[in-house]
Amino acid sequence: MSVPSNYYLLLSAVLFIIGVLGVLLRRNALVIFMSIELMLNAVNLSLVALGMGRGAVDGQVLALLVMAVAAAEVAVGLALIITLFRHQGTVDVDDINLLKG
Amino acid sequence: MLDYVWLIVLFPLVGVLINAFFGYRLGRRASGIIATVAVGLSFVVALGILAGLLGLPAEERSLSIPLFDWIAAGDFHVDVSFLVDPLAAVMLLVVTGVGTLIHVYSNGYMAHDPDYARFFTYLNLFIVGMLFLVLAGNFLLLYLGWEAVGLCSYLLIGFWYHKKPASDAGKKAFIVNRVGDFGFCLGIILIFLTFKSLDFNAVFANAGQVAPAAITAITLLLFMGAAGKSAQIPLYIWLPDAMEGPTPVSALIHAATMVTAGVYMVARTHALYALAPFSSGLVATVGGLTAFYAATIAMVQTDIKRVLAYSTISQLGYMFLAVGVGAYAAGIFHLTTHAFFKALLFLGAGSVIHAMSGDQDMRHMGGLFKKLRVTGATFIVAWLAIAGVPPLAGFFSKDEILAAAYHSGYWPLWLLGLVTAALTAFYMSRAVFMTFFGKSHVSPEAAHHLHESPTSMTAPLVVLAVLAAVAGFAASWFTGFLTPVLGVAHGAPAAEGLPEAVLIGLSIVAAAVGIAVAWFVYLKRGVTADAEAARLGRVYGWVQNGYNVNELYWAILVRPIGKLAGWLATVFDARAIDGAVNGVALALRGLGRRLRGWQSGYVRQYALSVVVGVVIVTTVALVMVGVV
Repeated sequence: MSVPSNYYLLLSAVLFIIGVLGVLLRRNALVIFMSIELMLNAVNLSLVALGMGRGAVDGQVLALLVMAVAAAEVAVGLALIITLFRHQGTVDVDDINLLKG
Repeated sequence: MLDYVWLIVLFPLVGVLINAFFGYRLGRRASGIIATVAVGLSFVVALGILAGLLGLPAEERSLSIPLFDWIAAGDFHVDVSFLVDPLAAVMLLVVTGVGTLIHVYSNGYMAHDPDYARFFTYLNLFIVGMLFLVLAGNFLLLYLGWEAVGLCSYLLIGFWYHKKPASDAGKKAFIVNRVGDFGFCLGIILIFLTFKSLDFNAVFANAGQVAPAAITAITLLLFMGAAGKSAQIPLYIWLPDAMEGPTPVSALIHAATMVTAGVYMVARTHALYALAPFSSGLVATVGGLTAFYAATIAMVQTDIKRVLAYSTISQLGYMFLAVGVGAYAAGIFHLTTHAFFKALLFLGAGSVIHAMSGDQDMRHMGGLFKKLRVTGATFIVAWLAIAGVPPLAGFFSKDEILAAAYHSGYWPLWLLGLVTAALTAFYMSRAVFMTFFGKSHVSPEAAHHLHESPTSMTAPLVVLAVLAAVAGFAASWFTGFLTPVLGVAHGAPAAEGLPEAVLIGLSIVAAAVGIAVAWFVYLKRGVTADAEAARLGRVYGWVQNGYNVNELYWAILVRPIGKLAGWLATVFDARAIDGAVNGVALALRGLGRRLRGWQSGYVRQYALSVVVGVVIVTTVALVMVGVV
């Protein structure tokens, strides 16, 4: 409680932005995934921080739920990327354009 | 019986359905018998209706019999209801009575035609339409029947549609009628706007409270319809061409019943015409002029059916002359007697044509009376009737009209009618003499086939001849019967002017002069049609061709409209309309092409789009909440 909650939220925002930039600017599918995980964790941080500020435990509960979902998502996503690599031979997202209009 | 009025329409309707679906399977005889019996039963019902009316006191003889609700749209209510009164009863008897006789005749006349079931279907359908027209209790139902008989006229004129003249004539009849019907329709709309109702009783009861200008407009528009249907100037041109149809059709539709619908309509709406002296005057004038005009053309025709066609136009003119001067009962009486003798003339002509193996040209006839006794004798009765020779029916009815015209003050029309009577006697006598008497111009091949027609054809001729002979004596009963509906003709015999006896005498003299001149020229001197054509030169040809009115209409109406239609079809439709439709398609295609670029297949671009969208939505949400 000596650290003002603003700092937590600021850190969360910075982490989130870094995550977004990673999704938009990196080409490697695995790195994009890691960025998505970064975004999710940034949100977790802000949830816990706000929950703490209110003195309720709701934020932490929701953060746990988010973590469970993130884990499931990673499992599925990694399976997809591996399949994609086996098919295309690359994980560079710029080369995966079969649905080009 | 009066509760079962609807039966009168049911029988021919059933006849239509049976003949339409099973006619050919039933065979020629059954098909014809079913159609004839259907109309015959309608005639019995019509007699029942007459008896029913006679059983009621005179003031109560107007019954409104609703059948069912038809249209209910806001303020606009119309139901299918019949108005049964003496006028309707008279028309019903004429339609079903003459109709039955003509159906009987058709069984013989169309005996060798392969399309018999179609013929009887259309004939019965016509009867249904005509009955609706006559029984209608409101203007919309009248219009329905009006259009239905117009349709049947088209179908029956063009019955032998493989012949181009016949199909052309059918189209011409329908289109010219449509022009008149356009006026009729506008009149009905105006009636509704003025009276808020289309029911006859409602409209006629309130006629006095409405602005005279509205009544005049309405009656003029209604007369446009009547002029089309009843072949008056300027919409008569379809009737001579309508002779392309089978002769029973000409007899039924274009002599006895359909063409009289206009006269009936004016008589039915007399409450309106009585309040619009301008319209009535116009009706009488058009009628008188048409009567004279058509008679002049009839004088020089060589086709026996064309003489009768122009004669019908002329006699219809007489009927309009009568209703125009307010003598509504006289007009209807002439309608009735005309139905008898004109139907007889047409059926007789059909019998002659049948005997002449299809030849209708009177120049190839002559001296046929020896071989065609019954046809000839009945034709002579009809001839004397139409010429106005007493004591046959035509004399009584025509004289009533002339007397009414004289006493109404429209004496120029009376004079015109008198001269036309002389012309009528002349051209009819000419036709009779050229066909049945005098020197025979029949070719040897045709002469082999000359024989009297079968009983199915001659029996109706005899019945009609009797009617044409004696119907005149019912004149005063007839007028009395119709008085509660039609009122009395105004203009009682004035003290000044010619006395009644002189007027009657003049009519007889006119008839005698006409017959005498014809006898002198065609029997005594034996002038042939070709000789008279040569003698009278270009004027003869001009009159014979109906004063080239068809060519006039063609030049000022048909060709310009045809050109406009051609331009619309090729230029306007192809360029403007198709261009607009195709243009929409092309624009959409261009738009699609441009939008397609957004699907690059480039995943990072999609992700960027998502982020941009999120930013926008969040900003908008914050703005709306009021934070930013």
